[in-house]
Amino acid sequence: MTEHPRVSYAYAVTRGLDPADVPAVGGVAGTGVHRVAEDDLAVVVSTVPEGDFDEAALRSRLNSMDSLERLARAHHEVIDAVAVRSVVLPLRLATVYRNDDRVRSLLREERERFGAALDRVDGHAEWGVKVYADPDATPSPGVRVSGGPTGSAGAGGGAAGSGSGRDYLRRRREERHSRDEIWRNAAELAARADAELAALADEVRVHRPQNRQLSGAPGENVLNAAYLVPVERTTDFTAVARGLAGSLPGTRLELTGPWAPYSFTVPARAAETLEAGR
Amino acid sequence: MTEPVLGRTGSLARPSGDGGTNLADMLERVLDTGIVIAGDIQINLLDIELLTIRLRLVVASVDKAKEMGIDWWERDASLSSRAATGQDRDRDLSEENRLLRERVAELEAAPSANGDGIRHAVAPETAAVVRHD
Repeated sequence: MTEHPRVSYAYAVTRGLDPADVPAVGGVAGTGVHRVAEDDLAVVVSTVPEGDFDEAALRSRLNSMDSLERLARAHHEVIDAVAVRSVVLPLRLATVYRNDDRVRSLLREERERFGAALDRVDGHAEWGVKVYADPDATPSPGVRVSGGPTGSAGAGGGAAGSGSGRDYLRRRREERHSRDEIWRNAAELAARADAELAALADEVRVHRPQNRQLSGAPGENVLNAAYLVPVERTTDFTAVARGLAGSLPGTRLELTGPWAPYSFTVPARAAETLEAGR
Repeated sequence: MTEPVLGRTGSLARPSGDGGTNLADMLERVLDTGIVIAGDIQINLLDIELLTIRLRLVVASVDKAKEMGIDWWERDASLSSRAATGQDRDRDLSEENRLLRERVAELEAAPSANGDGIRHAVAPETAAVVRHD
């Protein structure tokens, strides 16, 4: 059997990952992962068939939603598994080298930059917080904004859908009023969340609001932020997030994490500057 | 690893998506964040943009959000300053940008999937696709 050419797919830079502690996960090609070390730094790598990871193959895989998802999940699974064992700097999806020696020389060339970034995120985890304006989740008193599939009219409703023109206009007015209120609530919750959670975080990064079609989450995403939280403040942070989650009608707060510090591999906005910037 | 969704009532529900991690959260992280280093096999991320640009269309009513003072994604340096990095390569980037802008215009012109008068808008950074990190 002829030897197929292989290349090295890199997931993350780590420091202090014990060789015995390399996670037993399949990785992007199902071939497992190993550690390529240089001094105290190491890159977690999979040896993968070149034919599946050259430029043409990757381009086609990244442009198909199904294979993008598979690749992304496998990439994330490795990073997630490493992150519970040691400090980690995730690499962007699809970082591929000719061989492990090339990965080693990368570690030599970039050791200062990697070291500084690892220092920043060491002892921290990333938490994601999303705030939604979501009329359907919690109708404001008396008025239901959107009919939804159930068509339920709610407390103030009456026979929705069969009323006169005047009823229709009244309903539209109420809907508009309620919609404004929900947006106001969502804006307030987002501001409170950002202020109170940033106070517990070392760095904050705001991502774009998420596309509902991709996330499948109901409502409109108005705040999508990531917080770099010191491990010792985890309990406080999640408690504050939980408290905020119940605070205003027509809104929803979603907390995800802990994540490897994906959003903080380059320095982000310092949490203290947040108030000043507003 | 994903925390339960915290609903307004504090009731616990699992996030959408399989594998416990929301696809949008994960793609956002593996495609948009993480250290960017030049590998030996170069992927033109603009090719990926062609797919993900569609995924990244902000469905939120952006005008409404701005009215309410929610525009942090525009002011956040990490979102708006990426365009300024790495101008040393990709000579034909402007051509690719032109094609992408056309594609964006097409997508924006497409009928709203929500049918609710909700305006589709493209996140500022996505509209000016000059990332080539």
